[in-house]
Amino acid sequence: MASKKMRKTTGYLLEFACLLSALLVMLALCLILFYIFRRGIAAVNIPFLTSLPTPVGEPGGGIGNALIGSAIMVGLGSLLAIPFGISAAIYLDQNPKSKLAGATRFANRVLTGVPSLIVGLFVFTVLVLRTGNYSALAGGIALAVMMIPTITLSAEEMLRLVPGSWREASLALGASKKQTVLMLILPAATGGLAVGIMLAVALAAGQTAPVLLTALTSRFWLENLQQPSASLPVLIYNYASSPFPDWQEQAWGAALVLVTTILILNVAAQLFIVVRNRRL
Amino acid sequence: MTQSIAVEDLSVWFGRHQVLKNVSLYAKPKEVTALIGPSGCGKTTLLRCINRLHDLYSNATIQGKIKLDTENILADNVDPVELRRRVGMIFQKPNPFPHLSIFENVAAGLRLHGLACGRAAADRVESCLRKAALWEEVKDNLDRPGIMLSGGQQQRLCIARALAIEPTVFLMDEPCASLDPVSTMRIEELIKELKEDYTVIIVTHNMQQAARISQQTAFVLNGELVEAGPTTEMFIAAKDDRTEAYLTGQMG
Repeated sequence: MASKKMRKTTGYLLEFACLLSALLVMLALCLILFYIFRRGIAAVNIPFLTSLPTPVGEPGGGIGNALIGSAIMVGLGSLLAIPFGISAAIYLDQNPKSKLAGATRFANRVLTGVPSLIVGLFVFTVLVLRTGNYSALAGGIALAVMMIPTITLSAEEMLRLVPGSWREASLALGASKKQTVLMLILPAATGGLAVGIMLAVALAAGQTAPVLLTALTSRFWLENLQQPSASLPVLIYNYASSPFPDWQEQAWGAALVLVTTILILNVAAQLFIVVRNRRL
Repeated sequence: MTQSIAVEDLSVWFGRHQVLKNVSLYAKPKEVTALIGPSGCGKTTLLRCINRLHDLYSNATIQGKIKLDTENILADNVDPVELRRRVGMIFQKPNPFPHLSIFENVAAGLRLHGLACGRAAADRVESCLRKAALWEEVKDNLDRPGIMLSGGQQQRLCIARALAIEPTVFLMDEPCASLDPVSTMRIEELIKELKEDYTVIIVTHNMQQAARISQQTAFVLNGELVEAGPTTEMFIAAKDDRTEAYLTGQMG
């Protein structure tokens, strides 16, 4: 009997420990958000979001070009990474045991662990040094390299969740492999794929080193993809490490904008899945 | 238009393991042939060879012939994708497409093969749902997801889906295994009706079911076809001792 009581007590203790850990994790996130919000909210207003930076000492000035630059480079990265990532995942799902699949999986796992600085250096060497200039295009490509492994690996997991019984239903109905992928597997996995993509986008939006080394930064509007471009993370990095109080304040504002955007993307992904599941 | 199924000297290996040994079986048009035998004896493998689902496993080796009427469907020049259109298959676990509505589930095959669209597709869907004895239950909810239906309804939905592309034969792999007795009765009624138009081969673990719905029974044991014959004869007096033992519950 004593042992039974003991077991119960241990159970409660473990449960409490898990709860506490969960709360701590939540607390850390909430504190970061709260702090950024408190420090950043004063700087954020419409002109801040839409205007160009001003020289030191001159009042006003905003992050409009960095916002656009980030959006364009992340968009470009997504445009490149999503088709590659999903296609690779389809290959892995259809030929799970082939040697190429094994190698691809291994390469992607290694890539997820490669520091973003190295990815930046790689694109810098291959593209920026060759073409002789920093550019938004190079920034987008660097972000794509960062996104591809995340998208590929998460997409493969999601495709694999589509049960064999559904695939057989499709094949037994006389669908070809291609039709099964396009008409069954991809639609059935859309929710999961979207989550993986959102995660990759959020990851890319916050990357500093790859963008700094490839797109550098700029204090002007981006006019074409061959030009260097400003971006939120690099702007935050520059402003926060500057000695000027008004730049530091703007860095907090920019951080708030960046974090909010990522938060909105994540919530949107969750909502998308909820709505989709309800419809089903 | 239905076709006979003739399995001739069929052997199947998975890797080095032989799962079917020189099996020969003839399924007459407009009859139900029941495959019985203990789990793992090769019944399902035999069934799946008939629509070449085993082509999907790279370690499977197949020898022998399976003829739909006179055409050997194991021949190299037969396209398995095209073949599966002619062979309707119902699985053990109902597997309607999860992302499609009841209507779209039945129409899926039509769309795949470009058989019908618009008004014609709607008519075909209705007639298939009627044949599958599901129309009255779902006619007001055709746009609801197929997976919202009960297990028995889902299985009838799968039958409607298979009917839509007008196969010539029907394969059923324990279609009632996951269903309650009432749903099972409805599926059995349906199989009796399907028999009027199609050759049906059904795998079942339920001997009473085999006795109720089949005209021919084949007993498979350890990859061998022990005996095949008219169901009534086999259940009264099996020729082989092993069949007798299995049917009377002394084995399996």
